[in-house]
Amino acid sequence: MNAPAKSPAPAEPAQATSTFTLLRTLSVVSAICGVIIVASYLATLERAKDNRRLAAQRAVFKVLPDASSVKEYLALPTGEIVPAGGGDPPPGALRFFSAYDAGGRFAGIAAEGAAKGYADLVRVMFGYSESCHCIVGIGVVSMRETPGIGDKILTDKDFISNFKALDVRLKGDLSALANEVKVVKHGVKTQPWQIDAISGATVTSRAVGKGINDAAQLLLPRLVPRLDQLREKS
Amino acid sequence: MSGPSPAAFSMAPPSQWEEFTEGMWRRNPVFVMVLGMCPTLAVTVSAINSISMGLATTFVLAASCLLVSALRRLIPKEVRIATYIVIIATFVTVVDYAVQAISLDLYEALGAYIQLIVANCLVLGRAEAHAARAAPIPATLNAIGMGLGFTLGLTMIGGVREILGAGAFFGIPLFGPGFQPWVVMVLPPGGFFVMAGWLLLFAIVRRRLAARDAGATRAAPVANSGACHGA
Amino acid sequence: MAHESLGQILLNTILSGNFVLAMFLGMCPFLGVTHSVAVAFPLGVATSFVIVIASVSAYLLNWVLALAHLEFLRLICYIVVIASAVQLVEMFVKKHYPALFRALGIYLPLITTNCAVLGVALFQTAREYDFAQSLTFAIGGGIGFTLALTLLASVRERVQLADAPEVVQGTVLVLILAGVLSLAFMGFAGLGG
Repeated sequence: MNAPAKSPAPAEPAQATSTFTLLRTLSVVSAICGVIIVASYLATLERAKDNRRLAAQRAVFKVLPDASSVKEYLALPTGEIVPAGGGDPPPGALRFFSAYDAGGRFAGIAAEGAAKGYADLVRVMFGYSESCHCIVGIGVVSMRETPGIGDKILTDKDFISNFKALDVRLKGDLSALANEVKVVKHGVKTQPWQIDAISGATVTSRAVGKGINDAAQLLLPRLVPRLDQLREKS
Repeated sequence: MSGPSPAAFSMAPPSQWEEFTEGMWRRNPVFVMVLGMCPTLAVTVSAINSISMGLATTFVLAASCLLVSALRRLIPKEVRIATYIVIIATFVTVVDYAVQAISLDLYEALGAYIQLIVANCLVLGRAEAHAARAAPIPATLNAIGMGLGFTLGLTMIGGVREILGAGAFFGIPLFGPGFQPWVVMVLPPGGFFVMAGWLLLFAIVRRRLAARDAGATRAAPVANSGACHGA
Repeated sequence: MAHESLGQILLNTILSGNFVLAMFLGMCPFLGVTHSVAVAFPLGVATSFVIVIASVSAYLLNWVLALAHLEFLRLICYIVVIASAVQLVEMFVKKHYPALFRALGIYLPLITTNCAVLGVALFQTAREYDFAQSLTFAIGGGIGFTLALTLLASVRERVQLADAPEVVQGTVLVLILAGVLSLAFMGFAGLGG
């Protein structure tokens, strides 16, 4: 089998390529690649940000049906609430959305929680209403659960009804939830802070409950004492 | 398609058409060369995901081979692999951003497997075996062909898995609500089984075609002994 | 999510979230090198070693890149570090275990393009694991990878003596075996809690 492409190497010197040539190559290649990467990053940045913003907005509208406008905030570890800027959130800051209805009145807050389900993370957005100190709706942001089993969290009416008035009131000292949000076996729910799991889809149901609990435990103690701050901004 | 014909061993450099079509079927990356298996099995749970992953890989393949070929005289032997990897990683990053800008849903669906295109043996393999030795135009044509062949392979697997496992094709439900989806098909084992199924089908067809060819050239009674002539 | 305990991560990556059988990482060696346990097992160990190095490097790299706001260079940096780590491991094995080096052949440098190695770095970044979690993730991943490879290799060794139909031999049989193994591992779901 001839290999016409390869040239014979009769007296090829055994020396390695000089360091200068190696460095020159790597620099040229790195420079070209660097330019390509930065160019594509800048070209797509705005669209990607818009996509994210729109997706978050859609999710908030789903969990707080009265909402018609949304503003993004960060709850810092110090307790302060600041509008979310464009850059990366500082470590420990919790993202949440403040929603306002058509008349500009405060309509509740929405935030995301996540926990590992059967396959991967299950991310859930939940809407909180201060009038009942409860969660009034959830929407699944992303999941890779088993079709026909885990993905019932999207459609199962009984499961969804768990979240129409899920009690998440805080303890007296406002340091944590008075009662942990717990997922219980299907049909066993007795308290308003419990969630009836979908029979046959326990792992995914538990992920939803855990995600909500973890997020609420962190966010609500920071948020509830400062809800007045959000009421004004419209 | 059944095997190499004498013409395949011609010494002339491949024409542009041959360059382009090499990867589509005769040396299909998925079913013949069995390269780039990681995304093949992970992402092919639906036809749309498969096509998107295939096109993303095609872009990376084509762009990388183009650049590698253009720079081929500049890259010394010692650092060639590292250089190819940097070039490939660059275009994968580009694709990653592009998908985020196009559709967040798609980005969620494909997940980390977009970035894993960097580790796809197909891309590095083509860059090393072909683009480094060929001029830019043939190299890119070949790369595009390989990429499209890869996309075809992915979509064949993804299509079957979606039809059986979700009762839909390209998101369009095919069967009525009474259909009980064969869920395992969209889970990891299904990926293995469907790929095995396709390869098995090809092996059977190849054997039948070979038997038919062999039977035709001999006048012996063997010619009709093949009981089940599907063709 | 950053709330997983170390034990959960370990169990999950070895069993229910096995890199090879559940996440489809590391397919090339899984399908290519598992014809014998004597080759599969050492390759698994070598790969596990690279996985751990990659994980630690990725964690440090990510920290530096975040400080410098250069996240878009993440992928390139990861893969370059992996390529270098593999180069070092190759030199080490060649010097101290020459027989093993010859046995592994081209599959040793191919660890660079092993999705499992890059996958560990990418997944631990995406899941925002801290250092201890990342390390556990990597160790568990390596163990799971080696486990899957060795299991398939031992099954394949036995099946070679069986009388499989001709059409099925080769890649088809390996894929079917892999599918069955993957199906078996699905039984571990939910083990990590």
